[in-house]
Amino acid sequence: MKKNKEPFSLVWKHHKNKYLLIAPFAIVFLVFTLIPVVVSIVLSFTSFNMVEAPSFNGLSNYINLLVRDDVFLIAIKNTLLFALITGPISYIMCFLFAWMINELPPVPRSIITLVFYAPSISGNAYMIWKLIFSSDTYGWANAWLLKLGFIQSRVMWFETAKYVMPILIVVQLWLSLGVSFLAFIAGLQNVDKSWYEAAAVEGVKNRWQELWYITLPSMKPQLMFGAVMQITGSLSVSQISIDLAGFPSVSYAGHTILTHLHDYGNVRYELGYACTIAVVLFFIMLLCNIIVQKLLRKLG
Amino acid sequence: MKKLYKFLVSKLRARKLRRRNRSLMGDMGLTLVLAFFGLFSLFPLIFTVVNAFKPLSEIFIIPPKMTVENPTLNNFFDLATIVESFNVPLSRYIFNTGMITFLGTFGTVLLGSMAAFPLAKYTFPGSKAMSNIIVYALMFNASVTAIPNYLIMSRLGLIDTYWAVILPAVGSTLGLYLMKNFMVQIPDEMLEAAKIDGAGEFKIYWSVVMPLCKPAWITLVILSFQQMWGTTGGVFIYTEELKPVTYVLQQLVSGGISRTGVSSAISFIMLLVPVSVFVLSQSNVIETMATSGVKG
Repeated sequence: MKKNKEPFSLVWKHHKNKYLLIAPFAIVFLVFTLIPVVVSIVLSFTSFNMVEAPSFNGLSNYINLLVRDDVFLIAIKNTLLFALITGPISYIMCFLFAWMINELPPVPRSIITLVFYAPSISGNAYMIWKLIFSSDTYGWANAWLLKLGFIQSRVMWFETAKYVMPILIVVQLWLSLGVSFLAFIAGLQNVDKSWYEAAAVEGVKNRWQELWYITLPSMKPQLMFGAVMQITGSLSVSQISIDLAGFPSVSYAGHTILTHLHDYGNVRYELGYACTIAVVLFFIMLLCNIIVQKLLRKLG
Repeated sequence: MKKLYKFLVSKLRARKLRRRNRSLMGDMGLTLVLAFFGLFSLFPLIFTVVNAFKPLSEIFIIPPKMTVENPTLNNFFDLATIVESFNVPLSRYIFNTGMITFLGTFGTVLLGSMAAFPLAKYTFPGSKAMSNIIVYALMFNASVTAIPNYLIMSRLGLIDTYWAVILPAVGSTLGLYLMKNFMVQIPDEMLEAAKIDGAGEFKIYWSVVMPLCKPAWITLVILSFQQMWGTTGGVFIYTEELKPVTYVLQQLVSGGISRTGVSSAISFIMLLVPVSVFVLSQSNVIETMATSGVKG
C-alpha cells in the first residue's frame, strides 16, 4: 500500500492525527465489511453448508453458475433489464426533482421535499402496492379498471409473468428518490450563491443556462455519489420482488441476481454457491460503475 | 450594524438578480410537474394512513375508497392485542428499535465524518488506496457480507446483541463516502487559515469542517436514522425481547389480507417517526442555510 520511501516512524509523526481520525471507522470497516468481503470471495471457491467445514472445489461454482444454471441466466437478464430502465430514469428523476424543488421558496420547498422523499422513508409501506395490485376485486387496480370498463374480468397481476416486471419497475421508481435525492438537495444548497449573481451579470439568461453552466459543474461530487448509489440500488433489488411478486415469482419473472442469492444462501444453505453469486454481482456492479463514471467524466 | 446592513443589501440584490432569470411560465410549469408527481408519490402513503383508521367494513368496500367515513382506532387496539400474544409488550420492541437507531445513527455520523475529513482534504501514505477501497466497498451489498458477518459475529460473541446490527451499519461506507464528497468542496484556504491560528486536525475537523458541512451530516442523520429504524434484526437477533418493531410488522403483514387494517396501523406508526425526524432536521438545514448567508 505504501510506495514512498519515508520510514514509517516519520510518516506516523507527520500524519498521526489523520490516522487517529480514521482509525475508529477503519477498525469497524475492516472487521465487519472488508474481512467479510474477502471471506466471501474465498468461500466462493468452496462448497460450504454452514455445518461442515468448507471444502475447496476450485472454479466449479463459477462454471456451474455461468454454464449450467439456467435460472441464473434469467436472473441476470431480469436484473440488467431492470437496472437499465430504473437506473437512468431514477438518477435523472432524483436530480431533476431536487433541482425543481430547489427553485421553490423555502416553505413549499420543504413540504415538497418531504412528499417526494416520503416513499423511501416509509419502510415496509410499499407493501401497500400488493393491495393495489391484488389479484382479487379488492385490489384497487382491478376494482377501478373493472368499474371503468377497461377490463372484463379481474387481472392476476403478480401471477401473470408479463405484468410482474413492469409493476416492480413502477414500485422501484416510486421508492427510488432516496439517498441520491437527499444528497442532491444538500448539494444544491451548497452551491455558492455568488456564482449565480456573477453569471447573471455575465449574461446567463434563464434557469436552464444556470443549470448547465453553474449548477451541474459545481455538483460533481454529489452527481458521482448519486450515480454509484443509483447503480448499486437498481442492481440489488430483491426485497420488493420477494415481498410483492412472491418467491419464487411466477416463471421467475421477478427473479433477480439477489433473489437467486437469497435462494441459495437463505433457503438451500449452499453458502459457497451463494458467495459465488455475490462475487459475480459485485463484478457486474463494478463494470457498470466504471462505464458510468467514464461517461460522467466526459460530460464535465 | 454596518455589517448587517451590507449583508441584507447583498441578500436583496442576489434575490433580485435571481428573479431576473426566472419566467412566470417556467415557474408555473415546474409547479404543475411537481404537483403531478407529488400526488403519485403520496397516493400509496395516504392510502396506508387512511386504511389505518378504517373499520373492517370499510376496508373491503368495492371499489375501495380514499376516504374514511367512520374513523376508528380499533386497528390500533387490535394491534396491541395481537402483539400481546407475542409475550413481549409493543413498547419493548419500540425501545429496541430506538436504542439501535440512536446508537447506529450517532456512530455512523461520528465515525464516518471523522474518517472522511483527512481522506477528503489531505494526501498521505495510504489515503488514495483507502479512498479506492471505500468506493469499491459501496458495491458490496449487505446480503453479500451477511454470511461471513454471521461467522465473525458469532466468533466475537456479538450474536443476539444490539451490536450485531449496529456495528456493520456504522462501518458501512455510505456515510463516509457521502461526507467525503461534501468535504472536498470546502475551500482549502479555510483550513489553511485555521492552521495558521494554531489549530490541529482534530480542532479543524470539529470546529471548522463540521459546522460547514451541516447539510451533509444532517442528510446522513436522516439516511442512517431511517436505515436503522427499518432494521429487522435479520439473522443476528433471535431473542424475542431484543427484536425491533419492523420484525413485528413483517409478522403481521405475512398474516395476509385479513390483517390489512392492523398492518396499516403499524405501518402508520412506523412511518410517523422517520417523517417527524425528517421534518425537524430538514427545517434545521434550511435555517442554517438562511442564517449563514452567502457562503464563500
